Amino acid sequence: MLLALAVLSAAALSAAALAGRAEAQDVGGALAQLATNKYDDTEAALSVLALSGDPAAVGIVSALAEGRLVFGGTPPRVFIQGEGGALLDPLTRQPVADAPAVKPVRVNNRVRRAIEAASGALSLVSPDPAKRLEAAQAVGRSRDVAALPALDAVLAKETDPKVKSALALARASIVIGQAGVSEADRIAAIEVVGAQGNQDALALLRSVPADASPAVKDAAAAAIAGIERNLALWGAAQNVWYGLSLGSVLLLAAIGLAITFGVMGVINMAHGEMVMLGAYTTFVVQELIRTHNPGLFDWSLIIAIPLAFLFTGLIGVIIERTVIRFLYGRALETLLATWGISLILQQAIRTLFGPTNREVGAPSWMSGSFEIGQLSITYGRLWIIVFALLVFVALLAVLRLTRIGLEMRAVTQNRRMAASMGIRTNWVDAMTFGLGSGIAGMAGVALSQIDNVSPNLGQSYIIDSFLVVVFGGVGNLWGTLVGAMSLGVANKLLEPYAGAVLGKIALLVIVILFIQKRPRGLFALKGRSIEA
Amino acid sequence: MLNLFTQARRAAGRAAVGAATLALAAASVPAHAQETIKVGVLHSLSGTMAISETTLKDTVLFMVQEQNAKGGVLGKKLEAVVVDPASNWPLFAEKARELIEKEKVAVVFGCWTSVSRKSVLPVFKELNSILFYPVQYEGEESERNVFYTGAAPNQQAIPAVDYLMENEGVKRWVLAGTDYVYPRTTNKILEAYLKSKGVAAEDIMINYTPFGHSDWQTIVADIKKFGSAGKKTAVVSTINGDANVPFYKELGNQGIKATDIPVVAFSVGEEELAGIDTKPLVGHLAAWNYFQSVDTPENEEFIKKWRGYIKNDKRVTNDPMEATVIGFEMWVKAVEKAGTTEPDKVIPALIGVSVPNLSGGFSTMMPNHHITKPVLIGEIKDDGQFDIVEQTPGLIVAEEWSPYLEGSKDLIADWRSPLNCGNFNVKTGKCGGAGQ
Repeated sequence: MLLALAVLSAAALSAAALAGRAEAQDVGGALAQLATNKYDDTEAALSVLALSGDPAAVGIVSALAEGRLVFGGTPPRVFIQGEGGALLDPLTRQPVADAPAVKPVRVNNRVRRAIEAASGALSLVSPDPAKRLEAAQAVGRSRDVAALPALDAVLAKETDPKVKSALALARASIVIGQAGVSEADRIAAIEVVGAQGNQDALALLRSVPADASPAVKDAAAAAIAGIERNLALWGAAQNVWYGLSLGSVLLLAAIGLAITFGVMGVINMAHGEMVMLGAYTTFVVQELIRTHNPGLFDWSLIIAIPLAFLFTGLIGVIIERTVIRFLYGRALETLLATWGISLILQQAIRTLFGPTNREVGAPSWMSGSFEIGQLSITYGRLWIIVFALLVFVALLAVLRLTRIGLEMRAVTQNRRMAASMGIRTNWVDAMTFGLGSGIAGMAGVALSQIDNVSPNLGQSYIIDSFLVVVFGGVGNLWGTLVGAMSLGVANKLLEPYAGAVLGKIALLVIVILFIQKRPRGLFALKGRSIEA
Repeated sequence: MLNLFTQARRAAGRAAVGAATLALAAASVPAHAQETIKVGVLHSLSGTMAISETTLKDTVLFMVQEQNAKGGVLGKKLEAVVVDPASNWPLFAEKARELIEKEKVAVVFGCWTSVSRKSVLPVFKELNSILFYPVQYEGEESERNVFYTGAAPNQQAIPAVDYLMENEGVKRWVLAGTDYVYPRTTNKILEAYLKSKGVAAEDIMINYTPFGHSDWQTIVADIKKFGSAGKKTAVVSTINGDANVPFYKELGNQGIKATDIPVVAFSVGEEELAGIDTKPLVGHLAAWNYFQSVDTPENEEFIKKWRGYIKNDKRVTNDPMEATVIGFEMWVKAVEKAGTTEPDKVIPALIGVSVPNLSGGFSTMMPNHHITKPVLIGEIKDDGQFDIVEQTPGLIVAEEWSPYLEGSKDLIADWRSPLNCGNFNVKTGKCGGAGQ
């Protein structure tokens, strides 16, 4: 209660101070400038509004940000478009009688930055600490020298420690590059900024004017060196994280192939298309949810996972029964037939859904990011890693612990023996192929979050998938896991030095050399081989 | 093993494509043989480029229908012959030959990528036919048989960079592109241009990625790092096609907003944005010669008719479509002027032909076989459309040979007599001065 009172009185005080300063500034003039709909004028008007302290200014600036500030009539005037499209006077907020035809005041990046700065300056005195925090950050980003007096005024009265440090940082960001600041003041600012230790701080520290005193330059250089050392360490961690993230994508794409190619020995060129069908299943599920029950949108991916598994699994079973079962043991024919199937599936999707990309939205729990130290981790990538590992564990469990898994292993190890034991090998073949395809479909659900959902989706993964399975060791799921992760990490560690194109080439060469040395991959199956 | 894959893939691809083309060709032959003028359409309807090129095929068919409703050309109906080169560059040349030799088309509208255009060039030269090429490209070419209705670098890239310098105060540049000829040449031109404007070498970062690159984490982090040097930074993107969606998604994920580091793209239009949630992209830019949001009566009417033809009232329009429309109308006008579809008569007749474009002006075919265009800069809005923030006051004439490149700055193209040359070297006074 006391705190609230203190804040309120602080707000009132600084508002009064601001209003006093702004007497010469003319809100009416600013409105006239806004009505010209020119970027320069809009920017000028915003800086006037930011310092005006007029209670209506907040509403005007936020209306501009939301595209509700409109202009029209002769001579042009500005209005705020209220609920239901009614035009309101920007100062009094009363409906206007003779409403002319209007257009929104245009906004570009420059104006957007000015809006951010202005609304920051205006809400520095907001009673809500969260808003003040945001405002302090916005003012810091804008580095607007004109906001300095207001910043000093609120800084002296701020009581919330979080907001206070944000305000101090904002002040330091402005002071650090401003002309005519005392040496001590600037060094203090460098310390405040340097303590942040991140990229943004680095940018600020590098903007110390060239004509600053040697002491200031030394302080900045020391702070920069410290941050750079720190960032280099975090950078390495970041690369490993990116590698794991890429590895999880490779694992998802390859794990279904580890079944159809690795366990069954079918060179399945239509594998990528199974991934693509899974992604399109997600799209269809989301469309249905959007039209019938938008509230369920956050659950769309969870709903899509089993559906994608069943749908692509079914397609897989159909392909196995109608084509592949006639071609067992004939690698080249299987390759050609499955390649043909992949073309048919692609063109079918192109005919049904059109050649252009389809938009698959991200549920709220997959958007955004959080920071660990200087490492920024996006939720989407994190969930994909978790999902890839879950799929891997589930698949391992199916193969190890269930009857169908046992039968699959039996059939792939010795078909005739298994048949003699009364296992329906035909049925097991179909189920195994269906399982591999279904898993590819589930991968498609995850990949729809990071890649284009287009008929070509699968093609970009087929080569990588084969690479992972061959590298990891055909017929071994653990090999696929280790292969995917090591290829991912190696790729991401190479990329900063060699560039994306050369990095990929280098990786291919490494894998080829490795396969020369160990033709059966990382984890070769021991004992009498399944391929005889 | 890999070799085996590629060979088998190619063989299988050919067979499937052949079948598809046969079906298409058969479908377009009319029941009774009234005398018509045939118009060839050479755009990929399958494979990676189908995403962009299918729309252009529909655009040509739409224009043919419109023209026939007006009574055709020279009293004859037009008839479109559609083939599918399936995003396969050598197949483009085969299909072009088929269109000209077997189908006897009077003109061909087609190609998207530069490599497909380069692959059909010898065919058009040998068989002396006409190709209209509707896509923005890297320049450094002018051929007698080709008419370029897309933008040359000075009609797109350079004005975009100027805009960023003047309006955003950008001092530091990331040139990011897909690794092939268009981005490489454009970036070479841009690098030379930026340096001529006083940008230091350490303030330019150039980055290439493979086709269809989907893991942008490292590169976006690098861009973020490059942008934290205390100078305003922008990204000039020549990233092609499908790779754009994951790139923009990653920008959004890592929280790079247009107000911090704006991205200006030369290959992202309304069609590409249709597949993305554009809310995190608001404010990023694109430079084109046409946007769907152009506010003119011509454009409004075009969009209305197009949506009626395609029977989809949400279908978007884009720049290469406008370029196709302009090329089509220019060809019709030139044929009427020449009174024949004979290429040797139509090619000279095309120079100087002027037709209305959709942004309210006129585009003219210049002697270098490129057209004049306005340049528009648009910012992405949250509905996937562009807000036009800048338009050049006048029309810009294409510089097919860039004045910023060593090998090409002395070259000009003029296909009128007496010069009749696509690469005339003004220093040596000879035709055939080597380009780069």
